[in-house]
Amino acid sequence: MAASGGDAKLFARGKVAELRQELLSSSKKDKNHTAKKIALKKIVANMTMANNDMIALFPDVVAQMHIQSLEIKKMCFLYLVNYARMKPDIAMKALPVLKTDVGDTNPLIRALALRTMGYVHVREYVEACLSLLRNLLRDPDPYVRKTAAFCVAKLYDHDKALIEASDLIDKLNSMLKDENPTVVSSALAALLDIWERSENIKLTIDYSSASKIVQILPDCSEWGQTYILEALMSYVPGDTAEALLLAERITPRLSHSNSSVVLTCTRVVLYLMNYIADEVQISSLCRKLSPPLVTLLAKGPEIQYLALRNALLILQRRPEVLRNDIRVFFCKYNDPIYVKVTKLELIFMLATERNIREVLTELREYATEIDVHFVRKSVRAIGKLAIKIEPAARDCIDSLLELVATKVSYIVQEATVVIKNIFRKYPNRYESIISILCQNLDSLDEPEAKAAMIWVIGEYADRIENSDELLDDFLYSFADEPVEVQLALLTATVKLFIQRPTKGQELVPKVLKWATEETDNPDLRDRGYMYWRMLSTDPELAKKIVMGNKPAISAESEKLDPATLEEMCLNVGTLATVYLKPVQQVFRNARARKLADSPALQKHTLPTVVAMEQHKHLPSILNGAGPSPSVQGESEATNRQNLSAAVDAADAYFQSLDTNMAGMAINGDDGFGGSPTTAQAGETQYVVNQNNPQQIYQPQVGSGANGDLLLL
Amino acid sequence: MISGILIFNQKGENLIFRSYRQDCRPRLADVFRIQVISNPAVRSPILTLGSTTFSHVKHENIYLVAVTKSNANAALIFEVLGKLVALGRSYFGKFDEEAVKDNFVCVYELLEEIIDFGYPQNTETDTLKMYITTEGVHSSGTRSIEDSSRITMQATGALSWRKPDIRYRKNEAFVDVIEDVNLLMSAGGTVLRADVSGQIIMRAYLSGMPDCKFGLNDRLLLDPASLAQGGPAVGNTAGAKATKAAAGSVTLEDCQFHQCVQLGKFQNDRIISFVPPDGEFELMRYRATENVNLPFKVHAIVNEVGRSKVEYSIAVKSNYGSKLFATNVVIRVPTPLNTAKTTERVSQGKARYEPEHNNIVWKIPRFSGQSEFVLSAEASLSAMTTQKAWSRPPLSLAFSLLMFTSSGLLVRYLKVFEKGNYGSVKWVRYMTRAGSYEIRF
Repeated sequence: MAASGGDAKLFARGKVAELRQELLSSSKKDKNHTAKKIALKKIVANMTMANNDMIALFPDVVAQMHIQSLEIKKMCFLYLVNYARMKPDIAMKALPVLKTDVGDTNPLIRALALRTMGYVHVREYVEACLSLLRNLLRDPDPYVRKTAAFCVAKLYDHDKALIEASDLIDKLNSMLKDENPTVVSSALAALLDIWERSENIKLTIDYSSASKIVQILPDCSEWGQTYILEALMSYVPGDTAEALLLAERITPRLSHSNSSVVLTCTRVVLYLMNYIADEVQISSLCRKLSPPLVTLLAKGPEIQYLALRNALLILQRRPEVLRNDIRVFFCKYNDPIYVKVTKLELIFMLATERNIREVLTELREYATEIDVHFVRKSVRAIGKLAIKIEPAARDCIDSLLELVATKVSYIVQEATVVIKNIFRKYPNRYESIISILCQNLDSLDEPEAKAAMIWVIGEYADRIENSDELLDDFLYSFADEPVEVQLALLTATVKLFIQRPTKGQELVPKVLKWATEETDNPDLRDRGYMYWRMLSTDPELAKKIVMGNKPAISAESEKLDPATLEEMCLNVGTLATVYLKPVQQVFRNARARKLADSPALQKHTLPTVVAMEQHKHLPSILNGAGPSPSVQGESEATNRQNLSAAVDAADAYFQSLDTNMAGMAINGDDGFGGSPTTAQAGETQYVVNQNNPQQIYQPQVGSGANGDLLLL
Repeated sequence: MISGILIFNQKGENLIFRSYRQDCRPRLADVFRIQVISNPAVRSPILTLGSTTFSHVKHENIYLVAVTKSNANAALIFEVLGKLVALGRSYFGKFDEEAVKDNFVCVYELLEEIIDFGYPQNTETDTLKMYITTEGVHSSGTRSIEDSSRITMQATGALSWRKPDIRYRKNEAFVDVIEDVNLLMSAGGTVLRADVSGQIIMRAYLSGMPDCKFGLNDRLLLDPASLAQGGPAVGNTAGAKATKAAAGSVTLEDCQFHQCVQLGKFQNDRIISFVPPDGEFELMRYRATENVNLPFKVHAIVNEVGRSKVEYSIAVKSNYGSKLFATNVVIRVPTPLNTAKTTERVSQGKARYEPEHNNIVWKIPRFSGQSEFVLSAEASLSAMTTQKAWSRPPLSLAFSLLMFTSSGLLVRYLKVFEKGNYGSVKWVRYMTRAGSYEIRF
């Protein structure tokens, strides 16, 4: 550039005719082509501004390419890459210039020309590149060789078949023996890029090659190191000792200052662990993974976020990795909201009976912050901790009540929802809170909170003195409520009637009539009819069914499912870890990664295999998972009998019904291990409705046009 | 990998659009503008829409965006955006809208060079400056072949961060140990979290290819018993013990090093060994969580009197040697949103109410060791129609304190070995700053 900086004035919309004149004006005095450079700069600026008129200047720009000025060349090439697709015929005219440059004695020019040619998506360019590459892949200069390596991947992007038919991929393979580490890492990156885009290409790295590329790691740039580490994911250890040795050899990379090296290295170590048999060695490796992950929290917020999302993932696969102090995940006041929310999730997952007091103090603090979404999440987390850590339930409830006392509407509503779940988990305990909840009925305006409160009233209708009045109040606006609330009201009214027939006898017919005759919603109508028939056929059985024991709930349900977990662990550090969803659900074009089988694979430790084993023993687990076995041993046993009796009765009942009811039996996907909860079909659906929105992590993958993937 | 790099200003004007793959179409600039810049609901740095992912960072008044089409390495994306910012600052002094507009052609040149087909290439400032310059003197095409070969060797070599022919008349190295101490203290005065994240910045003005060895009072190195394999290569056991007794040692939770440090050597025998880049660079970062010395103790009493008044009494005590002094101590005391006016009295420095930040800002330019100052203040509140409890955000401190390390870290030696066998002068400075130094009340 003629002068440093000061180009802002060129950053303005220009007219084609004027720019052409400037570009073509040539004066003998202007030896440095200053006028041309300025014109080209203006053209580049207009190109950036998506001023598509610029395309009209294509022939004029091509005419400048022969000028022996690197600066002019670079701008012309940039223009060419941008517009070649739209005017392939004009782009053709630039090809001879580029071909000449590829033969230049200066390696920087050779590389620049080759790089540019590779970008142009025009058949003649691709073909020209193809023939030039044979020589350039063996260029004496390493800088040209690494550019050539990437160029193969570029051509593959333009024309798969052409490259597959040529010997370029083989040539690329042989570059892995190059003496220059940068060339090797570039060739690997190119091969991986090709692999990613074609299902019919396999990439396998044997132990000796893996060992060789690990050897050159220290001599590569930070990016080269990342490419090599990524390539190691294609190495399948055949022997557990080899896996261990390789893992040991790459762990020094965990101290690199570049987080992509650190996280990619973490990915490879986690991957190799699947093939290592020795538990002692595994925990030693886990200990090495921990500090670097925490250190990433001192980086910029984006990297912090990424590290935290990956911590959430790694925690589920290898809990030992994050055995350290939970306090490193406490939020700073100025953390961006996305960091805070992820930290909150981690705090929830790391909370145990030992640190619960500390955690609760912290969460209470968060619950008074400004960001409404974060506050809600904090309140939910407190409630879920009550469910997750039984001995701490009392403390959690006290914290919630403290928050309810603030009378801030959204806090009260959020607390109401989680308290309902606490009742589900610990039936017939903590009933003293009901009266406090009842004091805040007026502040409930969100459907979920309303439904929760109505559930509580219905469930404890016999213990709330004025339950009928409270329900009646809610019923006043029955017709205007969303279905979620209407369903809750219907069920609660039936419960009231069953428990206190005298108080409920006026309400029930009214509600059943609304539900069956005055609604357009099929679910509501079906449920209404179901209750109606039950109550009229056999009230005793209806009581058993409606008031029967509900399956236990747990806070575990928000863990990733085993298959996803296994897949995500092969993708540590990638974009998918931000979403914690199966890769192809978010990135349809991504090539799936699977753990390759080998004699060394420690199958019994894989999440999917473990889950399958557990599934086999499911019946026994279900029996053992009742709430607090110590407290209510005997009564629980009878409860269980009641439940199974109810289940049987309901099964029989449903079999006799029309097929349109059968659909309801399918919603077993509610985290209860497919237990036969159809007995309370109405209830089950209700539970699903309530559990889904409070998933504490798992951002919703955008459906619809907006597709906002952010945590809500 | 990366399909394109885009830069926008805050208004959403596209300043740079560089595509590396055909799938990065111009209309994506509009998508980003609409979905991120003008959408206040977006709060994540990563946004996936259909098959396109936008990863962005904000720096000064510009957005730097990477467009990807598959499940790319997210860490790499953010690192390369960070590198771009660092390069921009090194080339143009700062990297904001003005700098980008003033140098947009140079930014394009850099983007052409540091990323090929979406894969980051050599991003070392020193090497890049050999052939991409803001002056354009070298880009005239008259450069000799030898020069170019030297550049290409440098850009692909194992020591890509250092030119071979550096000469200084006076060989010097400056080491700055800078610690950010983070504190989170509860209202009750218990330390919820205290840790130190430190960085060691080196400015090396050394000739030739110097081999440097750098030693800290690292507990693992000084206490041979805790060193798992391989003995410490420096000093005998007795010597090391003596030093430890004299200086104390520090347990480093974790260290991260510049590309130039030989990581294998560090893992095996905890020796920090490297050939430094020329000039300033960050040699390492570390974290320490044990025995953190807190330079300031804060005792805050904040009372909400009814709904009309908040009373503050804040005492700050310095907890370091009386010969040392901290500079630019700033204490930010949050006030409720409906504060109408405040009165404050201080025993040192100046306090002022900043309504735009809802803070009383108390500044003490020089805070000597072992002393205590007090702020008493009162905030009168205006009546509000809706009574919402005050969230009481934490009180925060900023300061910098020379010749003090919160972790207790010390530099024990810096040895320089070079073929020329020249003598060199080394300087070490220590500084502790407030990272996130927060006290709840």
